[in-house]
Amino acid sequence: MSDLRDLYNDVILGHTKRPRNFGPLDGATGSAVGFNPLCGDKFVVRVRVEDDMIADVRFEGEGCSISKASASVMTETLKGQSVAEAKRLGLVFRDLAMGNIDGAQRLEDLGKMAVFSGVAEYPVRVKCATLAWHTVEAALAGSDQPVSTE
Amino acid sequence: MSRASTAPALDVARVRADFPILTREVNGRPLVYLDNAASTHRPRPVLDAIEQFYTVSNSNVHRGVHRLSQEATQLFEDARATMAGFLGADAREIVFTRGTTESLNLVAFSYGRATLQAGDDVLLTHMEHHANIVPWQLLCEQTGATLKVVPITDAGELDLDAFDALLGDRTRIVAVTHVSNALGTINPIAELARRAHAVGAVIVVDGAQGAPHMAVDVHTLDVDFYALSGHKMYGPTGIGVLYGRRALLDAMPPWQGGGDMIRSVTFEQTTYNDAPFRFEAGTPNIAGAIGLAAAARYISALGLDAIAAREAELLAYGTQRLGEVEGLRMIGTAAHKAGVLGFVLQDIHPHDIGTILDHEGVAVRTGHHCAQPVMERFGVPATARASLGIYNTHAEIDALVAALAKVREVFA
Ligand SMILES: Cc1ncc(COP(=O)(O)O)c(C=O)c1O
Repeated sequence: MSDLRDLYNDVILGHTKRPRNFGPLDGATGSAVGFNPLCGDKFVVRVRVEDDMIADVRFEGEGCSISKASASVMTETLKGQSVAEAKRLGLVFRDLAMGNIDGAQRLEDLGKMAVFSGVAEYPVRVKCATLAWHTVEAALAGSDQPVSTE
Repeated sequence: MSRASTAPALDVARVRADFPILTREVNGRPLVYLDNAASTHRPRPVLDAIEQFYTVSNSNVHRGVHRLSQEATQLFEDARATMAGFLGADAREIVFTRGTTESLNLVAFSYGRATLQAGDDVLLTHMEHHANIVPWQLLCEQTGATLKVVPITDAGELDLDAFDALLGDRTRIVAVTHVSNALGTINPIAELARRAHAVGAVIVVDGAQGAPHMAVDVHTLDVDFYALSGHKMYGPTGIGVLYGRRALLDAMPPWQGGGDMIRSVTFEQTTYNDAPFRFEAGTPNIAGAIGLAAAARYISALGLDAIAAREAELLAYGTQRLGEVEGLRMIGTAAHKAGVLGFVLQDIHPHDIGTILDHEGVAVRTGHHCAQPVMERFGVPATARASLGIYNTHAEIDALVAALAKVREVFA
């Protein structure tokens, strides 16, 4: 039996209680709404892209601990990255959440995202963890279609 | 409840022994199953009836002259008679469907499409399951009729004054749930039926959460349609019933075409079969109907009044115990309630509550329970919901409360 603390670890709980980059964003160049109909999670992710770099990224909305912490860590991870790198990291995160990561090889790649490795043990929570990442991808692509996990 | 007090009490230990699944474990802990409003489990007699059908009489119904087909037809029609008895109806008033959702769609798209016109009203309530909202929305879009919604109070009860104000001579259909799956509220169906009939409307009752938990007699309630699902009353999935008042069913056009629902077919003209067969196109869920009848017999033998009394007692205990949990807010506090305990806990998202409870072996449902208007009414994105059935115990309520302490610990 997995330990509950593998999922609800202190880093995740910290981000849940005090999400970083939470709130509106002035001068956004793109934004998208992400929705998880299963549990009613709903986030807006806004980005400000300058010269193909993510100058700022912030989010707002409501969701469970996992989705909120994931959005918070994502904003920290993506700030200052190129759009192409953000896309690549999104794929890495999805692999991580679904348990498709072979530890050592990509560990340096994961950085803060590594705290979500426990999610893979909870298949119904994978969508919570990946919601913000799907949403930021849409915001960067300039799509104004709401993103849904279903 | 005076009738309930004279019924022999439910022997819960014996009931539990009839449900094989209750012996399994989750995460190394005994399963505590508190998600009965989503789906119940099936007792031995239901499992046996299904196996018996497939191993002895399996065949298609209604069309064969051979022995197995005759037996299958007999069992299927016996099941219809059992369900008629269960609801106090006539067998000709029982249509087998896939479940409550299909039953309600049948009423909307057969009865509703044939009778509604622009300018007519369909009256719903704010506590309906999406299954009793969306078919009516579709119907109103197609016919130009108007959907009206009766508000609910902070306790989750129907606002009966508003009901009267919205009900009028334009109201053709009143669609209301017997018991709210999100709030537990038991609606005063007989009274609503009286008021609906007084303006010439028909009343359609979503009985998904009613039939498993209390005695239902469609004549005492004086309802026109009553829909139920097998899997919520200890029967199989994929089978349900629509009760329809005979005069209404007889006059209703078919809604799906195919085999069994016809009397004769030529390319020029098809003559339809009588109700209820007219509404059962194609090979039905034969084993499902037989299993559902076994479930109806099973809970009837326990006694629906005894079941209602037991669940009321457990609900009172659960309400009291949950009331002791710091930071817990009940959603749904109607005076007249069935065994549904909906709640939120501090600002912890119900999805997190559900995951941690599952870790402790406690199965509850979290989310909007297909009743988004109810969530919006109470200003919450979702709730956690423990819902009771005939096999639940006081010890299981205690396990829920202990697991909630774990939730608070994690998020302390
Ligand atoms: C009140 C109510 N109505 C309708 C339904 C739909 O039932 P089914 O999915 O079996 O058609 C449900 C089940 O979730 C319910 O609780």
